Amino acid sequence: MTGSTVEVRDLGVRFGAVHALADLSFSLSANKICGLLGRNGSGKTTLLSVLAGYLRQNAGTATVDGDPVFENATATGKVCLVRGTGDASPPKVAVRDLLDYGKQLRPTWDADFAAELVERFELPLKCTPATLSHGKRSALGITIGLASRAPLTIFDESYLGLDAPSRYAFYDALLADVLAHPRTVIIATHLIEEVGALFEDVVIIDEGRVLLHEDADTLRAAGAAVTGEATLVDSFTMGLQVLGEKSLGRTKSAMVYGPLDDRRRAQAEEVGLELGPIALQDLFVHLTSGGSR
Amino acid sequence: MAFDDRSPIYRQIADRIEAEVLSGALAGDEQVMSTNKYAAFHRINPATVNKAFQQLVDDGILYKRRGIGMFVSPQARQQIRARRRKSFFTDVVDPMVAQATAIGIELPELIDRITERAKEDRR
Repeated sequence: MTGSTVEVRDLGVRFGAVHALADLSFSLSANKICGLLGRNGSGKTTLLSVLAGYLRQNAGTATVDGDPVFENATATGKVCLVRGTGDASPPKVAVRDLLDYGKQLRPTWDADFAAELVERFELPLKCTPATLSHGKRSALGITIGLASRAPLTIFDESYLGLDAPSRYAFYDALLADVLAHPRTVIIATHLIEEVGALFEDVVIIDEGRVLLHEDADTLRAAGAAVTGEATLVDSFTMGLQVLGEKSLGRTKSAMVYGPLDDRRRAQAEEVGLELGPIALQDLFVHLTSGGSR
Repeated sequence: MAFDDRSPIYRQIADRIEAEVLSGALAGDEQVMSTNKYAAFHRINPATVNKAFQQLVDDGILYKRRGIGMFVSPQARQQIRARRRKSFFTDVVDPMVAQATAIGIELPELIDRITERAKEDRR
């Protein structure tokens, strides 16, 4: 089995008067690792809950391999959503039994791989999630997500409470497994610097809408910090999308978004302006901090 | 992490492999790591690694042997050297001269130093 495609169109979710998602659209081709970035309360978990069939949308459509997700076993059977809070696992069932459920419920489940991950994360089989530490609960979620081999596997801040060595063990296991068994993976995270290199696509959502969906490497080249004499910076950035500015005396630094061609770069050099790269995380911060709005 | 988030990673991978070819760490007709191994080793998305290797194939630096893997082209080193030679003066020498002028180093002083280094290297 290979990865699923995802198609979300004009999705809307309302909690009372609060619009958690509004006209949200994006699509994902099969076998990609996609990073889902967004600030707290931007709607990441709501979106992922709809994709996994945990939540019914108020408007629009969400499909997996073309099948609507909500109350549709054909679609939900292909999706495994792992939440960092671990609230999806029944608290009073032993780890061993939870893994056994996975085996019975999921045709793609790999029991040997699950056992290997249990060992790697040192999970106590007889304990229940309620008695596990936050970190171990996260490791249990990750174990279930990886061993599910679900065509659409979603990790929603699944690293919460995990120490750095365990997080790297997770990234290594994920990458190795996806190479051997291609599938579609969505990772919602705030640790952009740490996992950024794993993403092929990046989706940034803000206030319930898709702010951008871009190839991760394209995004790494999409921003530039223009630094120099303030008036020169101002005239150079005229007409460009400026995400943020900083001034120190007569020097100014402006973050611009959008590709700069060779002609523009040569122009900057000619007047003595310095062009620096913007890291993915900084770009995210500037795009979502409200500085541009 | 060996690669940073400040420029396209595929470009950083290509640069690194070119640097290894230039230094002789990778010789002509030598096999390079498979894309999957490379991805797993450096914790990078395999599609990104593929893109880098494809770029190097398009540039004639690597070639594919069906079913076996990727190899360094015999003329890769020459080719990279020729390309880098072209951009050396604009990328390295011009900024160096600009910097020297800015801090008050006279050009003859700079030339003396280069001549001196050349003598040392010949010894």
